[in-house]
Amino acid sequence: MTPAIELIGIDKRFGAVHANKDVTLSIAQGSIHGIIGENGAGKSTLMSILFGFYAADQGEIKVKGQPVSIKSSSDAISHGIGMVHQHFMLVDPFTVLENVVLGAEDGKLIGPALAKARQELTRLAQDYELDVDPDAIVGDLPVGLQQRVEILKALFKGAETLILDEPTGVLTPDEADHLFRILGQLRDQGKTVILITHKLREIMAITDHVSVMRRGEMVATKDTKKTSVEELAELMVGRRVLLRVEKGKAKPGEVVLDVKNLTWKDRKGTPRVDNVSFTVRSGEIVGIAGVSGNGQSEILELISGISRPTSGQIVFEGKDIGILGDPRHVREEGLAHVPEDRQHRGLIATFDASESSILGWHYDETLGKGFRLDRQAVISRCKAEMQEFDVRPADPLLTSAKFSGGNQQKIILARELERDPDLLIVGQPTRGVDIGAIEFIHKRLIALRDQGKAILLVSVELDEIRSLSDRILVMFAGKIMGERGPEANERELGLLMAGVTEDAA
Amino acid sequence: MDLSLIAEVLASTIRLSVPLVLACLAGLWSEKSGIVDIGLEGKMLAAAFAAAAAASYFQSAWLGLLIAITVSLSFALVHGYAAINQRGNQVVSGVAINMLAAGLAVVLGNTWFKEGGRTPALPVDARFMPIELPGARELAGVPFLGDLAKIISGHSILTYLTVLLVPLTAWALAKTRFGLRLRAVGENPHAVDTAGISVARLRYQAVIIAGILCGVAGAFMSTSLSAGFVRDMTAGRGFMALAALIFASWRAWPAFYACLLFGFLQASGNYLQGVHIGGFEVPVQFINLLPYLLTVVLLAGFIGKSIPPRASGIPYTKDR
Amino acid sequence: MASARGELPPWVDLGLIPLLNLVVALLFAGLVVLIIGENPLEAMWIMLKGAVGSLKGWGYLLYYATNFVFTGLAVAVAFHAGLFNIGGEGQAYFAGLGAAIVGLGLEFLPWPLVIPLAILASMLFGAFWAWIPGYLQARRGSHIVITTIMFNFIAGSLMVYFIKDYFRPVGRMAVESREITGAYILSFREIGLRFFDLRLPSTPLNLTVFLAIIAAFVVWYLLWRTKLGYEIRAVGANTEAAIYAGIKPQRIIIITMAISGALAGLMAVNEVLGVQHRLLLEYVGGAGFVGIAVALMGRSHPVGIVLAAMLFGLLYQGGAELSFAKPLISRDMIVVIQGLVILFMGALEYAFRPALAAIFIKAED
Repeated sequence: MTPAIELIGIDKRFGAVHANKDVTLSIAQGSIHGIIGENGAGKSTLMSILFGFYAADQGEIKVKGQPVSIKSSSDAISHGIGMVHQHFMLVDPFTVLENVVLGAEDGKLIGPALAKARQELTRLAQDYELDVDPDAIVGDLPVGLQQRVEILKALFKGAETLILDEPTGVLTPDEADHLFRILGQLRDQGKTVILITHKLREIMAITDHVSVMRRGEMVATKDTKKTSVEELAELMVGRRVLLRVEKGKAKPGEVVLDVKNLTWKDRKGTPRVDNVSFTVRSGEIVGIAGVSGNGQSEILELISGISRPTSGQIVFEGKDIGILGDPRHVREEGLAHVPEDRQHRGLIATFDASESSILGWHYDETLGKGFRLDRQAVISRCKAEMQEFDVRPADPLLTSAKFSGGNQQKIILARELERDPDLLIVGQPTRGVDIGAIEFIHKRLIALRDQGKAILLVSVELDEIRSLSDRILVMFAGKIMGERGPEANERELGLLMAGVTEDAA
Repeated sequence: MDLSLIAEVLASTIRLSVPLVLACLAGLWSEKSGIVDIGLEGKMLAAAFAAAAAASYFQSAWLGLLIAITVSLSFALVHGYAAINQRGNQVVSGVAINMLAAGLAVVLGNTWFKEGGRTPALPVDARFMPIELPGARELAGVPFLGDLAKIISGHSILTYLTVLLVPLTAWALAKTRFGLRLRAVGENPHAVDTAGISVARLRYQAVIIAGILCGVAGAFMSTSLSAGFVRDMTAGRGFMALAALIFASWRAWPAFYACLLFGFLQASGNYLQGVHIGGFEVPVQFINLLPYLLTVVLLAGFIGKSIPPRASGIPYTKDR
Repeated sequence: MASARGELPPWVDLGLIPLLNLVVALLFAGLVVLIIGENPLEAMWIMLKGAVGSLKGWGYLLYYATNFVFTGLAVAVAFHAGLFNIGGEGQAYFAGLGAAIVGLGLEFLPWPLVIPLAILASMLFGAFWAWIPGYLQARRGSHIVITTIMFNFIAGSLMVYFIKDYFRPVGRMAVESREITGAYILSFREIGLRFFDLRLPSTPLNLTVFLAIIAAFVVWYLLWRTKLGYEIRAVGANTEAAIYAGIKPQRIIIITMAISGALAGLMAVNEVLGVQHRLLLEYVGGAGFVGIAVALMGRSHPVGIVLAAMLFGLLYQGGAELSFAKPLISRDMIVVIQGLVILFMGALEYAFRPALAAIFIKAED
C-alpha cells in the first residue's frame, strides 16, 4: 500500500541550530505512528514543516505517493493533513461550533456551515467517542475537551492524517486514556495518526510503528511490537561520551534545604508540582533530571520565591521560606538562584553587563548608600567578577545581549556566587553554552560544593546531571519518580524520565 | 419641563449621537480585528475638513462625502501599514494620525479658503439636509405623537443610514464568514493563521471599514450637523466613541446605546447651559465629563466588566 | 523578518536611523509646504531666522522648549517603565490648579517662599492626576493608555468648572483667575529691569528654564544613578527578570506614573507662574502631546529630550514667524510636523532598518 505520508531528505536550519538533518520518514496509511525523542531532538520542527508552518531548506514531501508542495497551513489542510498543536489554536470566547467551522465556512454566511458542523459533530461523537457540547464556550472547557475540539476541527476539515504534538502533556491519566481510545478508533476507520511524544509508555500502548529522533537525526524506525521500552530509551538517549569532571567524594553535612510535600497548582487547578519532598545537604549536589515541562522549572520558581506554593513547605536552614513568596527576602536568607532562562530572567538584554551583574542585589548598601546607586562601585565590582570568572570580553559597559551564551552565564554565576550563599539553586547551567565555558562552570559548581555549600541542580542534559550530581532525583509529571546515585545507568534514568518505574516496565 | 422641550433634546440627542455611533462602529471593526485605533478622532476630523472643502468646491454634498471617505481611508491605510506591516506601536501611530489630521486640516484650509482654517459656509444644496418623513407634518399638532414625529423625522439621510448600520454591523460580525474570521483574528491570530487564513488581509479589511465609517462620520459633522468646517470641530468625539466602545465591551448594539447615552448627555448639557434649578446653576462640566468618568470607573472593574479582544494592540508574529 | 533583528552598529541604531526618520518626516513636511504653493527651503530659512536670528527669537524658543522638556521628560520616564502616558496634557492642566491655589492663596507670604511652595504644589497636583491611572493599571488592570486619555478630558471639564466658578473674579468676562502678582519676578525681563537696570526684549522666558535643566538632570540621575531608577528601567526592559530580582512591578508602575505626572505638572510653573501669571483656560495648548514627539525623538534620554525640545521650540517660534511672513502657511504647520515626527520616529521606527541591515551585512561580507 502507498504510504500516507513520505518525508524525504528533510533538512532545516535555524541559524546555527541544525534542527533536522536529512530526515527521511514514511508513515503507513491507517496506522498510528509515534515519533519519540528528547527535548530539542527535532520532532516538532519536522511536523511543523509537514504542516506548512516552516519551509524546509531541502527535501521532498509526498502525500499518498504524490509529491506535493506545502507552503502554508492551508496547503497542508487541502492535502488532508490536520494538526493538533501543543498549544491549542483555539479562539477562547467562541463556541465549539464556531471554532470548528473557522476556515471551513463554505460560503459567505456561516449559518449553513454551523448547521452542517452540528450534524457532523454528532456523527463524529458517535463514531469516535468525541463528545463535546457544540454550543459550549471553548474557553470554559477543561483542557481535555479543548483538545477534542482541536481534533474535531481537523476532522471537520477533512483530515486524513492527524498530527498530535505532545498531546498528553496537559491531560490527566484518565483524559489521556480517553484520547488513546479516540486515536485507536480513528485508525480503525482508516485515518493515519502521527503522535509526537517523549513518553515511552504512550508509544508502547498505542502506536503501530515508532521512529526515534536524536539531535535532529532520524535514528531508527521500528515496529512497536518488535521493540522494547529499553531499546527505545537507549536509542532516544544515545551513547554519549560522558563529560569528565574531576571531583572527589562528597562530604554531605547538615540538611540545608528540606522540601516537604510541596504542591503547586496552575490557574486551571492542574498540579504541576505534585506532593514533592526531598532534601539537600551542605556539601552535596542534588540533581533533578527529567524532560522539560515536568515540574522542574516550577520547583525552581517556588524555592526562589517567584511563586508561592499551593501547599507544603520549603524549609531553608530551619525557616519556611515558601510562605515568604518574595525573591528578595529569600535571597537575603542566603539563597542564590541561577535561573533556567538566562535571556528572559537571568539578565536584562538591553542593560550593560555591569547592570545585569547586580540584578537582584541592586539594593545592596555596598553598591551605594540609601537610594543611590554608585555606578563606579557597580562597574569595578563587575570588572573584578569578570576577571575572576574569565568573562570575555571583560568589558562591564558592553550590552548584556552582546556576550556569548557562555559569557552571559558566567556573569550570572559570578553574580550569584559573589554573596557566598549557603544554597545555590541552578537551572540549565550550560544550555547553549560552548564547551570551554561548560567545563569552567562545572568546575566552579564542584568547587562550591567542596566549600561545603548545598547545590540543587536542574538540567535536561542527562550527562550534566550524571557528571555533577551526588544524588539524582528524576521528575515526571510533577512527581519525583525515584532517587538514584550518580552511578545509575542511562537506560534506568531514561525509563524514569519517561514515567516508567521498574515494576511497570 | 414640557413635552416639546424633551422632544427637542431627544432630537438633538439623535443628531449628536450620529458621529459617535459611526466612529464607535469604526473602532469596533478595527479593534475586533486586533488593531487598536486611537486615531478615530483624527480620521473623523480629516474627513470633516475634506467633506466641507469638497462640498464647497463642487457644490455637492455627495462628492464631499466621497472625498471625505477617500481621505479618511488613506489615513486608515497609513495606520494599517504601521500596525500590520511594520508591527509598529498602534497607540503611537494613532496619536500621530490625530496630530497630522488636526494640523493638515487647518493648514490646507487656511491656504485654500483664507478664513483662518475655516471652510466657507455651505449653502443648502451642498449639505445633507433634514428629510421630512411622510406624515410628520400632519402629526405636528397632535399631542405626544407630534412630539414623537419631531424626534424621529427631520434628520438627514446620513442619520437614517447610520441607524441601519448598527444592525448591519451586528449581523455581519455574528453571522457572516468575514465576521467570524474577523472576531477570531482579534482574539487569537495564531488560530486564524493555522486555519490557513491570512491575518494581514483580514486586518487590512477591518482597517479599511474603519476608515470608511470615520469618513462618513466626518462628512456628517461638517456637511449635515454644521454648514462647514471649523478647527477642532470633532472636539474629542473620536475619544468619546472609544469610551463608548469600551463601555459596550466591544459589541455593536450596546455600543449604539452607549453612544445614545453619551449623545444625550451632550444634548442635555447644551440645553442646561445657564439653566438654574432651585437657585443653583447646573455645572454643565460635570455632565460633559460623565462619559469619560463612567468609562474609567468601568475599566477599573467597579461596575461590570469590559473585555477587549485578547490580541488587540499586539503585532502578529508567526513565532511561537 | 530575520533581517529586521540583525545586529547593527550602535551609531546606526542610535544615530543614523533616527536621523533618517527625522529627515523623512521633514521631507514630508516640505512636501506639504510645496502643495500649499510655497518654497520649503525659503520657509525653513524664515523659521530659522525667526527663531535663532535674534535675542527675542531665542527667548521664545527657550520658553517653548521649557514646556516641552517637562512634558517630554514625563513621557520618557513612563516609557522607561514600559508605560505609555498620553495624559501629560491633563496632568499639566490639573497641576495649574496647584500652582494657582498656592500662588493666590499664600500671597501674603514673601515670594521667595511662595514660589517654591507653588512649584511643589504643581508637582503634587500633576503627580496625583497620573497616580490614579497608575494605581488603576497596577491594582485593577485598567489600561493606562485609555485611562490617561480619559483623564485628559476629565481634567479639561473640571478645570473649566474650577476656573469659571472659583477662580474668576466677580465681574470679569474672560474665564481666568486674577493675577498672581508675586510671580512676575520670575520673568527675565522683570529681573533685568529691577535688579540690573537692563532692558531685555519682551519674551516669555523666565527662571523656569533653569528648573527644566534641573529636572532633566534629576531625571537622568534618578534613572541611571539610583536604585529606584534601576528598578524602573528593569521593569520596563524585562518584567520577568525584574520579578526574578525581587522587584514589584505594580509598585514601580504606581511610583513611575506619579513621577511622570509631577514632571508634566512642572509645566504649570512655566505657564501659570512664569508667563501668564494667572490660571487660564486651555493653557497647556497641546504641549502634553508635543512631549510624546519630544520623548520619541530624544530616545527617552534627558540629553536627547533637551535637544528635541529645543528643536520643537525652534519649530514653534519659527512657525509663528513663518505664518506672519507667509500668511498662506498657518502656524498649525507645526502640528503637522509633530504628527510626522511621531509617525516616522515612533510607529514606523524600523521602516528603514531592514534595508540598512541589508546594506551593512553586505558590506561586512
